[in-house]
Amino acid sequence: MSEIAPASVVEKPPAPPRPWTGERIAGAVLLGLWLLCGIGLVAYLVAAWKPELFQRYLPYYLSGLGVTLTLVGLSIVFGALLSVPIAWMRLSQNRVLGGLAYVYVYFFRGTPLIAQTFLIYYGLGSFRPELQALGLWTFFREAWYCAILAFTLNTAAYQAEILRGAIESVSRGQWEAASALGLSKLQTLWKIVLPQAMIVALRPYGNEIILMIKGSAIVAIITVYDLMGETRRAYSRTFDFQTYIWAAIIYLAIVELLRNIVDWIERRITVHLKR
Amino acid sequence: MQSVWTLLSWGPDGWLDEIASGVKVTILLALATLPFGLLAGFFVALAKRSEERTLRLAGSIYTTIFRGLPELLTLFVVFYGAQIGIQQIVRFFSPTATVEINSFVAGMIALGAVFSSYASEVFLSAFKAIPQGQYEGGYSVGLTKGQTMRLVILPQLVRVALPGLSNLWLILLKDTALVSAIGLSDILRQSGIAARVTKEAFLFFGLACLIYLALAIISSFGIGAIERRVGQKKGPAR
Repeated sequence: MSEIAPASVVEKPPAPPRPWTGERIAGAVLLGLWLLCGIGLVAYLVAAWKPELFQRYLPYYLSGLGVTLTLVGLSIVFGALLSVPIAWMRLSQNRVLGGLAYVYVYFFRGTPLIAQTFLIYYGLGSFRPELQALGLWTFFREAWYCAILAFTLNTAAYQAEILRGAIESVSRGQWEAASALGLSKLQTLWKIVLPQAMIVALRPYGNEIILMIKGSAIVAIITVYDLMGETRRAYSRTFDFQTYIWAAIIYLAIVELLRNIVDWIERRITVHLKR
Repeated sequence: MQSVWTLLSWGPDGWLDEIASGVKVTILLALATLPFGLLAGFFVALAKRSEERTLRLAGSIYTTIFRGLPELLTLFVVFYGAQIGIQQIVRFFSPTATVEINSFVAGMIALGAVFSSYASEVFLSAFKAIPQGQYEGGYSVGLTKGQTMRLVILPQLVRVALPGLSNLWLILLKDTALVSAIGLSDILRQSGIAARVTKEAFLFFGLACLIYLALAIISSFGIGAIERRVGQKKGPAR
């Protein structure tokens, strides 16, 4: 029997040399370019650093951020409330109700949010006498309320589709089994279907919130001073391009944070599905 | 007060010709962005599924940035940033020159970057639907890597990716409305001008919405035809 060296003595063969393939070169070059961009950006921000600019505009940016988050938060909540009846109409057997909901959803998903916002803010302004007679003019005069209304109507259409898709993704057998056990329709929906549907709906809901945060930048055009609006104001006063860079950094940070929160929630609520 | 039909007529009294030119700009911008965005998206997807870690990272940075920034902000950054950047470079050579960036080109770059980062995700998930055996089969009959990609993988990839890509096309069509903010005379800007001059804001912005809706409906028909052509039509398009 030949002697076998104990396992600890045997050395691992060295890793084969990694050749410089085309992919590796491309990867190194592209990553180098990003690195260069990053260094350039930091260098630019350091070179353009002006404490007085910060002192002056930081409060504006923070209030703008608050406006953006409030706008998105309110619209998402109101939109969620509105989306329930729309989804119910879409799911109902009634042709008229289903058709109405379909037209609503198609209109708000088929046209740009910015055009809808203009239609509500500028468009409804041409009915000023009628609105004044109804006492609604104080509402439609303010860009802020118009923005919330437009965003709510828009996100309601998207959320209704998410809700409908999620409820339809739960198989019919679940409904039948629940009704065999004597649960009412509402009980079935609340206790059996929705918990399963929400797992499917979580990611689309997260994406919808992110889309709303990004989409909310357009209210700056109708003179609401959200984060984008404050940025445009700061830029028009200083002509300093770093105002836009800071806004971009803030938006990116919010979106990434949200995305990670959604990932985390999804990991938590699908633990029972993992094998 | 002019009647609605005069306002919507063709010619010096009506605004239909102005709005039609806006429609042309919108469609041209979307069509010009599409090939550029698709190609870039495909290559970013290739980078993100590469075995090379650096390439994957470079691809992810690209999508993280352009999916995370608001489209409007991207547009402004490209429009003003490129203007300032190129101006600096040109000043270096001739100190008195001024540069103006074409807003059409700025819109194309910004929308193309956003489109390609979303498209790369669509392509990436489509790649996952193609089994490894397809590559191995291609190599075993003696095709090179590029040939396998072009002749074996791509035709299957297009079928799988088509629903996602058609969704992105509809989003792109809607996103073109943002270029009105940097002064390109698209549908929204032209109807905005008409609204301001005639004081019939509801009429013209309503018309703009309907035109966008019509474009979306026409696109759906076109996409349906393409889907039938490549042989994967499952029920009506949503």
